[in-house]
Amino acid sequence: MSTAAVETAEAPRESRPIVTYKKGYDWGRIGNLVAIAAIVFWCLAPFYWMLVLAFRDNANTFDNTPWFTDVTMDNFRYAFDTEFNAFGRSLVNSLIISVSVTVLSMVIAVFAGYALSRLVFRGKSIVLAAILGASMFPGVAILTPLFQLFGDFGWLGTYHGLILPQVSFALPLAVYTLTSFFADMPWELEEAAKVDGCTPLQAFRKVIIPLAAPAMFTTAILVFLASWNEYLLSSVLSKGDTAVAPSTVAIVNFTAGPHIVPYTQTMAAGVIVTIPLVIVVLIFQRRIVSGLTAGGIKG
Amino acid sequence: MSIVSEPIAENAARGRKNRRKRSGRNGGLHSGDGRMALYLLGPTMIMLALIVGYPVLNAIYKSFLTDPGLDDSTGLFNEGNDWNGTANYAHWILQRCNAVGGGTESCPAGNLGSQFWDSVWVTLGFTVVTVIIEVIIGMLFALMMHQAFRGRSLVRVAVLIPWAVPTAVIAKLWVVIFDPQGVLNNVLGTSFAWTSEAGPARMAIVIADVWKTTPFIALLILAGLQGISSEVYESAKVDGANAWQRFWRITLPLVKPALAVAVIFRALDVLRMYDLPWVLTQGSNGTQTISILVVKELASKLNSAAALSTITFVLIFAIALALVRLFNANIVDRGTR
Amino acid sequence: MRGKGAAALAGVLSSVLVLSACGGGSDSDSAGETNTGRGPFTFVTGKDLSGIMPFVAEEWNKAHPDEQVTIKQQSDAADQQLSDLQQHFQAKDPDYDVVTVDVVWTAEFAAKGWIVPLKGDLAIDQGTLIPATVEAATYNGTQYAAPYDSDGGLLYYRTDLVKEAPKTWEELITSCEGKTTSGTITGSKPGCYAGQLASYEGLTVNASEAINAAGGTIVSEDGKSAAVDSAQAASGLDFLVNGFKDGYIPKEALGFKETESLNAFAAGDLMYLRNWPYAYAQLSGDSKVKGKFGVAPLPGPEGGGASTLGGHSAAISAYSKNQASALDFLKFLQSEEIQRNSLVKGAKAPVIASLYDDAELNEEFGYLATLKESISTAVPRPVTPFYPAVTQAIQTNAYAALQGKSSTADALKDMAASINSAAAGG
Repeated sequence: MSTAAVETAEAPRESRPIVTYKKGYDWGRIGNLVAIAAIVFWCLAPFYWMLVLAFRDNANTFDNTPWFTDVTMDNFRYAFDTEFNAFGRSLVNSLIISVSVTVLSMVIAVFAGYALSRLVFRGKSIVLAAILGASMFPGVAILTPLFQLFGDFGWLGTYHGLILPQVSFALPLAVYTLTSFFADMPWELEEAAKVDGCTPLQAFRKVIIPLAAPAMFTTAILVFLASWNEYLLSSVLSKGDTAVAPSTVAIVNFTAGPHIVPYTQTMAAGVIVTIPLVIVVLIFQRRIVSGLTAGGIKG
Repeated sequence: MSIVSEPIAENAARGRKNRRKRSGRNGGLHSGDGRMALYLLGPTMIMLALIVGYPVLNAIYKSFLTDPGLDDSTGLFNEGNDWNGTANYAHWILQRCNAVGGGTESCPAGNLGSQFWDSVWVTLGFTVVTVIIEVIIGMLFALMMHQAFRGRSLVRVAVLIPWAVPTAVIAKLWVVIFDPQGVLNNVLGTSFAWTSEAGPARMAIVIADVWKTTPFIALLILAGLQGISSEVYESAKVDGANAWQRFWRITLPLVKPALAVAVIFRALDVLRMYDLPWVLTQGSNGTQTISILVVKELASKLNSAAALSTITFVLIFAIALALVRLFNANIVDRGTR
Repeated sequence: MRGKGAAALAGVLSSVLVLSACGGGSDSDSAGETNTGRGPFTFVTGKDLSGIMPFVAEEWNKAHPDEQVTIKQQSDAADQQLSDLQQHFQAKDPDYDVVTVDVVWTAEFAAKGWIVPLKGDLAIDQGTLIPATVEAATYNGTQYAAPYDSDGGLLYYRTDLVKEAPKTWEELITSCEGKTTSGTITGSKPGCYAGQLASYEGLTVNASEAINAAGGTIVSEDGKSAAVDSAQAASGLDFLVNGFKDGYIPKEALGFKETESLNAFAAGDLMYLRNWPYAYAQLSGDSKVKGKFGVAPLPGPEGGGASTLGGHSAAISAYSKNQASALDFLKFLQSEEIQRNSLVKGAKAPVIASLYDDAELNEEFGYLATLKESISTAVPRPVTPFYPAVTQAIQTNAYAALQGKSSTADALKDMAASINSAAAGG
């Protein structure tokens, strides 16, 4: 059904590299390679150091040998030692919280994004300002009133007590991103779908959502990572209860002894929480690129 | 108020314009828009009202009340929460402190009130510097990621790693790296006291923040790039536009909506930055952001800290407004191209 | 979803009403004398780094099956422990029965009415304790908390570089000549002296020690006004200020907290280090100076420096329902059994004076005699309910002086002014 609709669209989109190399040798290509090498180095150098430290004994944290020395698995063993901390459990909590936050935020934000980009109503600019305004108050100052409010609700140390605030803090960015991308989608596609007999929401779901897949995956990644990395809210609202506290809270509670900062144990935990994330991102990343070409356009 | 929303509203208007062409045929669509919008926006507004709206209103109200004061006869604090007018605001903006024996005096060095304007300039400085660097590098990252070349997925993962490592972990990593005896000085052959001198300390924070959040901007720009039709480039090439002209006249205007969102949200984040400078310097050596000042004040005076938060809110609101106008102007340019 | 949202919104509205109603009323129930019940309770304390709490819980619970204690561990960072306690006290949380109080928080918690005075039915006999530790748990002449571990500063020195520890600052400085690199620790020889001189609580400790050693004081006797703008205080602070000027304190020390300073000493990069007793075990373990260091009391201008008192007390929350059980628990924490175990298992400095003279313990902990001297002569940090503002005043201005951004005289003048303004309510 949507095949005909899409073919009539005036500006079919297709993702193709912006820069294409037609000649075998050129300075542009070498410059590109240098730039790529520089980017990879810039992004990975600190991460490399994190890996080195993760496998190093804590006493040698400040030993600057730039490759793997004093290799030990103790830091990883410590991380998963349930006698000292609840890191393993906290990974599960993190996953539950982050997935819930991402799904809830995306659903809510897609509704809002649709309304803001497609509907005509009074007070739209006030709504937009209010949503943006929610990202303007210092987060540290919201903690104490929120703690007292959730205390009254009996929400401290519960999953929903951790999830709902994060959804709220994720919404402004998610709504703005989605609104901005939805508004860029040509209206004609939906019109055509409606001619085919779709309701406005059906048209939106079947035409715009697939087209906006890259933007949606991008937004979902941003929300997921923000939730995965969140510490301040969770540390206070979880009340330190290891049954619900996410991995960031568990990591910050790592200890190595009085006045000893558990640097290497922290790095080991950092590696553990980062690697699966990288894999997830890799999978999503493909969707970002393929989203367009695999979507309705070619159908 | 309305100005805040213009880049987005302008985008939305483009959608509207297109649609109005046809709305004559489909007039029925219009009538339900208001109620429909209410339903669709309801969840968002309720979530924001509950989690953000209530604490913010609560804080704004408290910012006009006194903090607990010591009763000299009993040695105990009273409850505070009496009406205090704008005294908490004067404490920060005019740097008025209570003087011994009543009245107010100019806040002495070492009182947090005297550090307000320094914190404002430091925070603004961080914002301008980091956001500009992040946009430039982020744009470069995005353009690279958009290309086809072997090992592209490696680059994509590499670029995302900084954003995937939790701040709780990465802040400790930077402490190790920026230690005077640490690996950075070792590699560079320098002996900067990275965290105990103003210049290097600020540089350290900028480096750490840029490293961490450039992927955020790059991702948003990349998503914007994906939406650009290659035909536009082809026709520009036929017209004889070189790579720079194509970037400046086509790419940049077309990713501007995504860029606007990225820059505005990054600016809002840096303006409220707390954890990174807190872990690296505790706010010493010219790195005390407003949020750090809020945290320090919270240790003893909640209502005064609420006033500082409200001032920050107003300040950030003004900056967001300015940013929105800036981007709006550019979007208008695009329309006239 | 909308139904749920509406319910949540109603919840917000009602709680706004409830909260504002609470804000207006006075707290008739706080510090009530009627909470002296018995029953299970919670002991909230900082992260148990030395593994002594399982023993405490086990022993107590064995003897008190109907008044079981649950131990809740907070973060190991003092500022996070403090804000956690503040948040729970502000919310009048009845689940925080007994809390660990850092010596410097006592006055604020007492003045806010969050912890109950240990008098009348709740009085404790503190005759066997080191007097300085009890003094630090006292506010306005009333004891509010029961000290259960202590801490004092020690001078760690390199026995391979000097035979005997210096007794005065002068001796310390001269003993460094020729043996150390001036101004930095990146040279081939170690730096001379360092403490915890980054801009944080540790600087308040180190600056107070220098000022107190020279006969200066920071706040007046009654704790309500500054006394720091004096010639004695200036000569004390100058020991640190001149250290950076003359090079006997390396510039890296401006970023030193406990960990960094200990690392430098452990790596052989310092000849002298001021630190807490915990460093002893680490230096004796895997470090480059193992077997090459000793401990001594802190030096002063004419011998006999003044340590700042550290350590922790346990206090009973005003919102606790089981205060009688809590009081027994406080006494239990101070018992010789627990004190001895905490020292042996966790190297915690005891508060009972006689334990320091125990021959067996002295053999195991070589620094015990030195530490007793340090703690007995220790000066509490300013006892003031405005401690957060006062320590800010000390840190900010002392740091400016150390960096040479303001003169010692100006720094002390500003320090005094901002302490006074803190006492006037900021």
